[in-house]
Amino acid sequence: MHRIYVTSTIPDARTKVKKQQFTDLGLKHKLGEVYLAECYTIDAKLNKKQLVKACQLLANPLSQLTTHYPLPTTDSFSYAIEIGYLPGVTDNIGHTAKETLADGAKIKFKPEQNVYFSQVFFISFNDPTPSPRFAGYSPSAMGRGSADIQKIATSLYNPLIQRASIKTFSEYQKDGGMDLIVPKVKLTSGSKVSLVDLNVGDEELERLGKLGVADEADKSARYNSSVARPFMGLRRGPLALSLEELKAIRVYFNALKRKPTDIELETLAQTWSEHCKHTIFCDPMDELKNGIYKTYIKAATEAIRKQKGEQDFCVSVFTDNAGGIVFDKDNIIAHKVETHNTPSALDPFGGAITGIVGVNRDALGFGLGAKPVANFFGFCLASPDNKTELYRSKPVGTTSLSAEALAKLDGRQKNGGQWTPLQHNEQKMLSARRIMDGVIAGINSGGNQSGIPTPLGFLYFDDSYRGKPLVFAGTLGLLPKKIGRKKAWEKQAKPGDLIVMVGGRVGVDGIHGATFSSEGLDSHSPATAVQIGDPITQKKFSDAICKEARDLNLYNSITDCGAGGLSSAVGEMAQSSNGCEVNLDKVPLKYPGLQPWQTWVSESQERMILAIPQKKWKKFEKLMKTRDVEATAIGKFTRNGKCVVKYNGKKVLDIDLNFFHNGRPKKQLVTKRSVPIYRRSQTPINGHATELKSLILNLLSSPNITSTEFVNQQYDHEVQGSSVQKPLQGRGKVNSEAAVIRPVLSSQKGVVLSSGLYPHLSDIDPYQMAACSIDSAIRAAVAAGADIDYLALLDNFCWCSPQDPHRLWQLKEAARACFETAVDFGTPFISGKDSMHNDFKGFGSDGKPVKISILPTLLISAVGVIPDIEKTVSLDAKIPGDIIYILGETNNELAGSEFAQMITGVAAASGRQKNGGQWPPLQTGNVPQVNALKNHRLYKSVFNSNQRSLISSAISINRGGLAIALAKKLIGGRLGATVNLANVPGAWQENYEALFSESQGRILVSVDPKKTQEFEKLMTGNTIGKIGKVTDKSELIIKDRADKKILSLNLNQAEKAYKKTFKNY
Amino acid sequence: MQHPKVIILSGYGLNCEEETAAAFELALRLANAGSGSTTGNADIVHINDLIASPKKLSRYQILAIPGGFSYGDDLGSGKAYANKLRNHLQKYLTDFTSKDKLVIGICNGFQILTNLGLLPGTLTFNDNNRYTDRWVDVRIPLLSKEGLGEASPWLKEIKHLSLPIAHGEGKFVADKAIIAGLKRNLGFESSARQNARMSGGVSNLRRETPQHFKEAIDQITGFVGGVYYKGDICKYQNLIPNPNGSTLNIAMLTSANGRILGTMPHPERAIFFTQTPSWPLEKEKLMRNGKPLPKHTQALQIFINAINYFSA
Repeated sequence: MHRIYVTSTIPDARTKVKKQQFTDLGLKHKLGEVYLAECYTIDAKLNKKQLVKACQLLANPLSQLTTHYPLPTTDSFSYAIEIGYLPGVTDNIGHTAKETLADGAKIKFKPEQNVYFSQVFFISFNDPTPSPRFAGYSPSAMGRGSADIQKIATSLYNPLIQRASIKTFSEYQKDGGMDLIVPKVKLTSGSKVSLVDLNVGDEELERLGKLGVADEADKSARYNSSVARPFMGLRRGPLALSLEELKAIRVYFNALKRKPTDIELETLAQTWSEHCKHTIFCDPMDELKNGIYKTYIKAATEAIRKQKGEQDFCVSVFTDNAGGIVFDKDNIIAHKVETHNTPSALDPFGGAITGIVGVNRDALGFGLGAKPVANFFGFCLASPDNKTELYRSKPVGTTSLSAEALAKLDGRQKNGGQWTPLQHNEQKMLSARRIMDGVIAGINSGGNQSGIPTPLGFLYFDDSYRGKPLVFAGTLGLLPKKIGRKKAWEKQAKPGDLIVMVGGRVGVDGIHGATFSSEGLDSHSPATAVQIGDPITQKKFSDAICKEARDLNLYNSITDCGAGGLSSAVGEMAQSSNGCEVNLDKVPLKYPGLQPWQTWVSESQERMILAIPQKKWKKFEKLMKTRDVEATAIGKFTRNGKCVVKYNGKKVLDIDLNFFHNGRPKKQLVTKRSVPIYRRSQTPINGHATELKSLILNLLSSPNITSTEFVNQQYDHEVQGSSVQKPLQGRGKVNSEAAVIRPVLSSQKGVVLSSGLYPHLSDIDPYQMAACSIDSAIRAAVAAGADIDYLALLDNFCWCSPQDPHRLWQLKEAARACFETAVDFGTPFISGKDSMHNDFKGFGSDGKPVKISILPTLLISAVGVIPDIEKTVSLDAKIPGDIIYILGETNNELAGSEFAQMITGVAAASGRQKNGGQWPPLQTGNVPQVNALKNHRLYKSVFNSNQRSLISSAISINRGGLAIALAKKLIGGRLGATVNLANVPGAWQENYEALFSESQGRILVSVDPKKTQEFEKLMTGNTIGKIGKVTDKSELIIKDRADKKILSLNLNQAEKAYKKTFKNY
Repeated sequence: MQHPKVIILSGYGLNCEEETAAAFELALRLANAGSGSTTGNADIVHINDLIASPKKLSRYQILAIPGGFSYGDDLGSGKAYANKLRNHLQKYLTDFTSKDKLVIGICNGFQILTNLGLLPGTLTFNDNNRYTDRWVDVRIPLLSKEGLGEASPWLKEIKHLSLPIAHGEGKFVADKAIIAGLKRNLGFESSARQNARMSGGVSNLRRETPQHFKEAIDQITGFVGGVYYKGDICKYQNLIPNPNGSTLNIAMLTSANGRILGTMPHPERAIFFTQTPSWPLEKEKLMRNGKPLPKHTQALQIFINAINYFSA
């Protein structure tokens, strides 16, 4: 066992930034120096020579210094904090260190030997070291050090995945450094397969569904594995099977005259889960016998494709991991947007990184393997200033258990005679700010490391996302139409093909992810569902597959191994050959001791499953070996109609494929519209801002409108050289709502990507909410240059409380709007995903029960192909003298608008009453109505104008209405304008309606005065208004119908307001 | 006319190999269009394939180590990939660089070249400690004539460039001796300004240099290839010229003989007009003046220069 510390010998930007972050925590004492040591714990025996070599390999001699354990330090410091991973948590740095040491220092690691990474922060306080305040139940454990150091430590780690230990300077001296901790996973109960008796009472069956299989044998494993599963008792965690489903399983096995094995039960739970089978979308709802998915989503696409006839551009819809449309005569593009909400609530970084690399695999698993060419992100979050504290179980002090007893229950270990010296806070939810920072960092790591550009994304804020944040991650893939003579978008595993697992190994991480997502988040939610992505492992096999093996035609089929693990991926592929047989002994494991059911359903990341003809296996295996990718044949596809799994030579799973996929009993869903309980959506930002100028400035700073430059700038959007219309546009770097990329550098063709969502309308009018989401996505794409007739949609429904008939009614309304709006626009859905259980159930800091449900949220993504990237348009005003037009009608449609959110406080002050503790719905104007047929005509005219380069700038009028679109356009161009509202068409009355209404179907453009005639001619048949002119003054002047100046807005001031909210993020 | 063969390394998380190859191929196509020949090519080669048959390297005239995230920057940017190259290909690399051949390292490739000791100094965390994607302006300084006189073949006839950066560790630092050497070659920079920039950046660099590295360093004194400055893009978007706190504003370095170029900004992402941030505005201006839109930018010249070095 060895430890190597690497410290910086030059000023370290990381500690400088950390020091600022620590200070921002609000410490009692003034911080002095902060040093950082990177620590590699090598669980192997090295000789002197190897150790010296290892030091050389791990450090840059020009900027770093290495030492062996213990870290010699002559400097004094107040505290040292070590942050390392818990056993079983993906440790990418440790993994790379092991690889580089094996290669460079010729260290032969045994399979169970690893290198573990940790960080030690040495922290000094400038004023006399604060005296350690010994609080808590044990002088040697809790409350070590000052409140300050506790605060710092808490900010540095997430107890679900990491450990923290703290030592004072004198302890550090006495002990000779930090304690040597090797976070090795030790599982003791490996090979047991148990039978589950289903012939029990309903109550016991229900308990089985909610809490999982009873697991007495697993007791020792639980305590040795410190991947803690708090409060699981002796149950394995949710199967999320309903009573009816369990009864159907009982009938099946009773007919076979045997009890199901645990692995069989777990498999059916995964396969039938809401997460995998989308039960709520597929089951009959009210009079809709085929469910809303078939009736509204799929049917829309079928109708549109039929209508388009020869012009149909869809290639592969709904059946594959992503939806594919034609890019050009040689290529297809495939798009998919996923959500990764529940894991992101627990470990935001891990949740988001796993989300983005996971959806990359959807591209890779599309057809015979599409190359990821663009990433997309979307975060729905509580305001980072939201200080609500939430707990998954009753917080300490409100339970009768001692902290030690709680620690024991969690299976946390004593480290060198101490309990992990921090409060029992595993059950405390992270703060809104930590969640925001974490999800942003997760997409940063996953996207940047994978070399995939992230040209588009959004942040959306509402406090209903405090319990469960929504993390959307999308990937666009590029696939040639043909591989050899095969159509590349089709695939089929053939009987006799080997089942090959490629990529990472299997561990207990990610057990029950699928069934977990099918339940709300509460104290029973297993922490093992938390994972951290490993983008480089994935990058290696992604390149090896989609840049090499695919084009060598080495496999018949491929799919992502995601939710449900092997059970889902293999089970799905087996449908095309009609059977499979897997030998679990062959599956490579991260560490020994996994039970068979764990191996089979684990969602350990970075894996693909391929079907490889036996005669091509050798060649494939060799290629993967040279690319440093692990590939293992774990079984073969059969044709006997059965899914069979063997372990230790015995059959442990044997289920008819038909029952496997179609045995789930359908459930009749019933919806009912109830009197809606509206709530106040947001804290008023400025309750007295009635003056126009300050209203606009406040809107520009409001979280759903403000610049998110700090996010876009940390996501690589230039890699692959494909950037055309960027996420930040113009001189003023204004956030765009659409991106244009050029995925094939030798072609002039481009892809337009955009998105739209309108959750603030969900509780007011779910139908129009969905229609507005669709129009917003389409409108943003059209403004950037998309062709309305070559645009496809993706739907992501994130809902809450699906057991509530009112929520189901909202869902049905939204789905109905999807059908009608998409058909009228002629924009087919090609892919989608739903996440139904976005509720948090827990406790407040006072120990009282809390339930937080998200605003039902529908994210619509649009993807389109355009013939010429040079005909695309950015949002910024360009040349003084250009004429400004508003396209579309402006009506008094302020309901759910950002303006309405802002003046809530005003309305409340003016006498609107709280209704049973809740605010009544905002009736500030009407709900925006979408007229898709009319808007289609307008959008087509815009495209035609762009083909003649008539429009010099275009921005979709979205949140904040015309006033904000004008401000953004001018901030973007660093120019001014004079505008007269008299020419704004539509049924608005008051000036504030014209300025802030969020009527759909509107685009604000500027046109070269020499081209206005041609432009107006092309716009014939649409409602447009010539409202003003771009000037070279840095001022926006607005006049009302009476030609009276009602606003003079200094645009420097406006730009400052637009950029101030997240300035220091 | 015979055009050169270009090898572009890949594997372990490098990820800019395709657009780098595309840039070389475009340069070759343009060169061929001028000469009527169809020679030269840009091959992407996985490092493990090169390790398996290392002699292959000598068949190429230009070696490109592209950008990316080799080994996820896990041990510090470029370190693990450099270890791999040194462990398996040191001899062949030394042979390559000792001949009249060209090497370019872009971003992660630059970081790898410094870790290999083929370029002086090192690249460390940006001052803001955050991965940053934005555009920068780079001025190519006129090198003084003392010692090695001529500018790098990579940068011939280029005065300034606008390019994107995308990195977390792009701040150049080096010890005093190296900085002094680099400074000598920046004739027109006032020494007072340099001193101000250096303070804090380099002063307490401690050298714990192992032997193999020392030897490499002793052999080279590099040149400043390009410095961040306030040019078109910085004026367009009102940006701070130096995006990461790099010493002496260094964005690019060349070896003493000029044949090895390391660049943090990505020239391969800036070769087309429509890749630049200001193209929509430029398009409007050009159209109104009745001028056609250009296809390419100045950055392509880097790749053309490399091809011409062998084709001339």
